[in-house]
Amino acid sequence: MIVRKYISLAELGAGRSCRIMEPASGRGLTRRLEEMGIRAGKRAVKISGMPLRGPVVVQVGGTRIALGHGMARKIMVEV
Amino acid sequence: MKRIVLMGNPNVGKSVIFYRMTGIHVIASNYPGTTVGYTKGDFTFPSNIPVSPESRFQPGERCEVIDAPGVYSLEPSSRAEEVAVDILKSADLVISVVDATNLERNLCLTLQILEKNIPTVVALNIWDETKHLGIHIDPVKLEEMLGIPVVPTVGVTGEGIRKLAESLNDAGSGNHPARTREDRWLEMGRIVSSCQHLTHHHHTFLQRLSDISVHPVIGLIMAVLVLFLSFKIIRFIGESLIGYVAEPIFEGLYAPLLMKLSGVLGPGSVLHHILIGKLIDGEIDFIQSFGVLSTGLFVPLGMVLPYIISFYLVLSFLEDFGYLPRLAVLLDGLFHRVGLHGYAIIPTLLGLGCNVPAIMGTRILEGRRERFICATLISIGVPCAALQAMIFGLVGERGGRYVATVYITLFLVWLILGFILSRFVKGYSPELIIEIPHYRLPPLGPFFKKLRVRVFGFLREAVPIILIGVLVVNLLYAVGIFNFLANLTAPVITRLLGLPKESIVAILVGFLRKDVAVGMLGPLNLTSKQLVVACTVLAMSFPCIATFTILLKELGVKDMLKSTAIMLTTSVIVGTILNQVIRF
Repeated sequence: MIVRKYISLAELGAGRSCRIMEPASGRGLTRRLEEMGIRAGKRAVKISGMPLRGPVVVQVGGTRIALGHGMARKIMVEV
Repeated sequence: MKRIVLMGNPNVGKSVIFYRMTGIHVIASNYPGTTVGYTKGDFTFPSNIPVSPESRFQPGERCEVIDAPGVYSLEPSSRAEEVAVDILKSADLVISVVDATNLERNLCLTLQILEKNIPTVVALNIWDETKHLGIHIDPVKLEEMLGIPVVPTVGVTGEGIRKLAESLNDAGSGNHPARTREDRWLEMGRIVSSCQHLTHHHHTFLQRLSDISVHPVIGLIMAVLVLFLSFKIIRFIGESLIGYVAEPIFEGLYAPLLMKLSGVLGPGSVLHHILIGKLIDGEIDFIQSFGVLSTGLFVPLGMVLPYIISFYLVLSFLEDFGYLPRLAVLLDGLFHRVGLHGYAIIPTLLGLGCNVPAIMGTRILEGRRERFICATLISIGVPCAALQAMIFGLVGERGGRYVATVYITLFLVWLILGFILSRFVKGYSPELIIEIPHYRLPPLGPFFKKLRVRVFGFLREAVPIILIGVLVVNLLYAVGIFNFLANLTAPVITRLLGLPKESIVAILVGFLRKDVAVGMLGPLNLTSKQLVVACTVLAMSFPCIATFTILLKELGVKDMLKSTAIMLTTSVIVGTILNQVIRF
């Protein structure tokens, strides 16, 4: 049986790939993220996370996007 | 006149295509949000393109082209997007500029435009990058599926621009029904899966460099190295230009010429005083003489221009290469402490060149609060290149540690004031959310063109103000107004700041141009400590008139007055503290 693990993008280790679940953020932010390509079902790779609650850099398709730590915590992903 | 609007996501190269079509140079860089307002230009439809009489554009027809700010969507969620949607309403035709290396996401906006039934053509830009990235797009297939012309372009080299012009007459809207967001994503997925296939490719050097640039440890080490190297290169080029070009020209060629003029005018005459100024030991001293033709020309051309060239050379490279957004990611933590997010590094760095574009650049920050904090901190703690050139020239003569004192003080003020402002200014700062561009080696043509635009911009704006400033100061001296002012402000200037009362003139002139103001400190025979205090106060106090105007425009009267009050208070407090604390 395959064990599925759900964690937030902030907790995901650098270099790991994942599938994005429904973001748990507010409507405005969710929409912005979706327009930039971060939406449910998309595959993503976390490039890095800065220490001290710094931003998270994630690659979705051909785009790299940097997100604040708070946002990254609201985006749940499946490993 | 028909109106063509260039629309697209941020950082897809709209401004470069705009330049190719209109010949008007807009500052274009490799980071999202370079274009914060919009620019209009004229485009003449090429006369050698075959058309039929019913065609939309006839040969030689002039139309208006608008370079809109980059947006992700037509459902406005920010000010820039509202602007873009308004512009779109008046468009007769849209050129949807699409980043070919990122087709799927870019199609979202294209579909939204088509759903509004506006005639559109697609410029599939950055086409040259797709090959190394293993992206293969079939433009013919894409054209079929969208139902409108699709032209691969490379804005920076101009490839495909003529084809793009030819395609304008075939623009259409492809009969797209209005879609829900979900339907649109499905459509995007359907189009991409049939027009694009990806092949495996090895990571290129630039991609690997991109990965480590945002690595928490290696990235920071790199950032320190990049900033240190930038500083060294700027100084090296600036000093070389001064030592090998500016000084030989001024001292060797120009000074003898001026001395002849001096002989003709006769030292002591009013005209001599205004044009050439005081002779020091019978010679012209380009810093101390203070005449319109001596100091008035030497400050902008001999001292500042070399640093303007070297600063923008380095900054433009970092911009076009795409390094700045990565620096924003690395510095986000620090900037949050002062109530900003990391993207504020971009206007802040621009401020090291000139505060005017920097304060305009604060538009890339979302909130009013952030813009206020960022603009105020730039005006207080970020000295422009002209001011820095003069500080290096004048204070540097006394020794590196004096220059360092000025810089460290300014940085501490920036940090502490930001910390205080972030506590007291109401509102919250939104989190960072930016797209990080691919690294690109800037092609030389557009790179030097941009440098030229910036350097000529400096000459056009600064030289007349400096010449008029020196003239007015000389006239006011003659009238005796400065003596009155000097006595009036003596308590603050002498008691608190420990400066001779005449330095008020320099501080007042700082309102015109900070570089001349520092130049005026030269003849006052200040001690090194006084020089450090005076330069720091000058850097922090009132912004120069150009910055003042732009602050008013960007922040509004109320916030501008607040910002100015903060500047004046802080500069007096910091100047007083410096006067008490430093011992050399």
